[in-house]
Amino acid sequence: MRSKRFEALDARPVNQDGYVTEWSEVGLIAMNGPNDPKPSIRVEGGKVVELDGKQRADFDMIDSFIADYAIRLDNAEAVCKMDSLELARKLVDINVPRSEVVKLTTSMTPAKITEVVGKMTVLEMMMAVAKMRARLTPANQCHVTNLKDNPVQIAADAAEASLRGFAEEETTVGIGRYAPFNAMAIMVGAQVGRPGILTQCAVEEATELNLGMRGFTAYAETVSVYGTEAVFMDGDDTPWSKAFLASCYASRGLKMRFTSGTGSEVQMGYAEGKSMLYLEARCIYITKGAGSQGIQNGSVSCVGVPAAVPGGIRAILAENLIAMALDLECASSNDQTFTHSDLRRVARSLMQFVPGTDFICSGYSATPNYDNMFAGSNWDADDYDDWLIIQRDLKIDGGLVPVLEVDVVAARNKAARALQAVFKNLGLTEITDAEVEAATYARGSQDMPARNVVEDLKSAEDMMKRGTTGVDIAKALIKGGFEDVADAVFGMLKQRVAGDYLHTSAILTRNFEVISAVNQPNDYRGPMTGYQISDEKWAILQDIRQAISPESI
Amino acid sequence: MDEKTLKNIIEEVMKEMAVVGATAPAGKPAGRSAETPSTSLVITETGTAARGTNPREIVIGLAAAFGGRQTQTIIGLPHDQVVKEICAGIEEEGLSYRFIRLFRTADVGFIAHEAAKLSGSGIGIGIQSRGTTVIHQKDLPPLSNLELFSQSPLIDLETFRAIGKNAAKYAKGESPSPVPVRNDQMARPKYQAIAALLHIKETQLLDPNKKTQELRVEYR
Repeated sequence: MRSKRFEALDARPVNQDGYVTEWSEVGLIAMNGPNDPKPSIRVEGGKVVELDGKQRADFDMIDSFIADYAIRLDNAEAVCKMDSLELARKLVDINVPRSEVVKLTTSMTPAKITEVVGKMTVLEMMMAVAKMRARLTPANQCHVTNLKDNPVQIAADAAEASLRGFAEEETTVGIGRYAPFNAMAIMVGAQVGRPGILTQCAVEEATELNLGMRGFTAYAETVSVYGTEAVFMDGDDTPWSKAFLASCYASRGLKMRFTSGTGSEVQMGYAEGKSMLYLEARCIYITKGAGSQGIQNGSVSCVGVPAAVPGGIRAILAENLIAMALDLECASSNDQTFTHSDLRRVARSLMQFVPGTDFICSGYSATPNYDNMFAGSNWDADDYDDWLIIQRDLKIDGGLVPVLEVDVVAARNKAARALQAVFKNLGLTEITDAEVEAATYARGSQDMPARNVVEDLKSAEDMMKRGTTGVDIAKALIKGGFEDVADAVFGMLKQRVAGDYLHTSAILTRNFEVISAVNQPNDYRGPMTGYQISDEKWAILQDIRQAISPESI
Repeated sequence: MDEKTLKNIIEEVMKEMAVVGATAPAGKPAGRSAETPSTSLVITETGTAARGTNPREIVIGLAAAFGGRQTQTIIGLPHDQVVKEICAGIEEEGLSYRFIRLFRTADVGFIAHEAAKLSGSGIGIGIQSRGTTVIHQKDLPPLSNLELFSQSPLIDLETFRAIGKNAAKYAKGESPSPVPVRNDQMARPKYQAIAALLHIKETQLLDPNKKTQELRVEYR
């Protein structure tokens, strides 16, 4: 006989999730792992000869890279000897300014910083995030994808996402060969919604770089790094090859950040018995050493692994905090599905939503999750009003603003028509008026007519062979009568030459002014300091369409 | 259709239904049996894998544990049936196939790329024990692909057959419609940690010094 209470509990969404017990020997442990090395560093003649319990002769390639490029050595030995608890307190203490903490944290070894954050509760880490986030104003990023790789829908969804306040938009593909169309569609759509939105297309690295160099994208994010040598080699990569790729982007004036996250090493079977957080710390140091301005981390696509073990969500916040403490831009994940439970997904997100990060989600699905080709996000288009009302409830700025249906419909329609003109004037496959109409009012790809995939793929390949660039897209927009959109697309191309948006945590205003950690550094020092929601912004955040005004009754 | 075939089909359908309507207790993926199911696959290594010259062949690259230490995909599809479906798909297009196994890596992209490089047609399929599958072409970068089926819990036997068929069509120089991509945002919460366990067990069988092996695949 079964307890009716347990039967009811078993049927709850939270019990659809997978959970496993810790297995520290293979690294299936979130943080504070028994096999994590003890912090140590010894510098002789300006060279690190010992790092976290290992002598230089025993370094693997990651140790060597970190020792040679990622740690500020002048004070490293002294900081390593400091009490980790005292350092943890400095991270939380509102009386110790960010600039002072960064001097300490950037002198730490990976094992040291892991030990320091290991002393903190999630509440203390959230306090530290409020202080350590690089850019003053928090922002948000979204995913714009769909199951059919329908570019018309991508353009419309991107335009809507821009109106809703996302500062960055990311697409990817179901079928790899659709990448040029998707990249083009998200750029055109995003610029229709609001000039200055950064867009990217996450695909295989060589293709992604090619799209960026042509001016189809404004930044890149999916340059993945890993915390053990074996996982790196599994992907035929090294920290040096990733650093080289980072410099390729920089050389073309393209913003880029690395990606890593707890759980990836154990997911790939090579965690060397170390905790997920320690290995992630190594990834963040590789990022720092390679000279990348930032990182997307917070387990990201491996979130199901830390989320399945004890303390996993705490470890995810800890890795975001380490990235910020190393003075990097942090796009803090909150992107991928990890639970069937609405309660769990909100609890997980509050860790970054409340203190605010450079990009709270990276990203938030701008489509219903059935269309999310990153295998589903923790937040999707059907949650837009929940997000807005949580902002309003807590008086926090999570990067989104309320919008009117009429404005959204108009922006979606214009984006679809703009892309129609681009396709026509570049001699690509046809976008019909029926597709424009469908995209204008669609919730997702189930509302879109099917396209001829084979013809699209041929057309995209042919366009790439012809050497089409972002300038050709701008020209095609002018020819189609979309001069304002052409201006915005061209404005994005000009950023590559100016290069100002290569600074840490950079985003652009609608007038293409850069907001970054350089001209708008986070100066949080406790109550009434740091980022404060202005009266104007608060008026916007309050103004949800559902609220009844007392005067109306 | 004889009685046995009919019985098999019914079993198949029942299994599929069990997967679709999964309300398995936490931590146990639906459809996957805790015990190792018996498999009719007999896989024998026959020496270092060589590059083929037959332009009408597809090379199928198996990950280290496939059909050996592991015998079912993450949703419990027996590996022998998976192999049968892929092969049937290739045969429908009139092409032949052979098998290799990689020990250097368990990364499905590299397995598929290695298979493609050894394939006389330049087209290969790579498959991990949990079911993740890639169709690759030898001239593409290793981490690119023709088609990628990254969500192993969503790959059913019908999809495996379609994968075989499309691989053969690419080999014939056709441009087939890609096998429809499926998406279930709840596959990760349910399966990712289990996928990690399966992959750890796969990588524990790797041997960086062992060359890719040609395989003889038979059914008992």
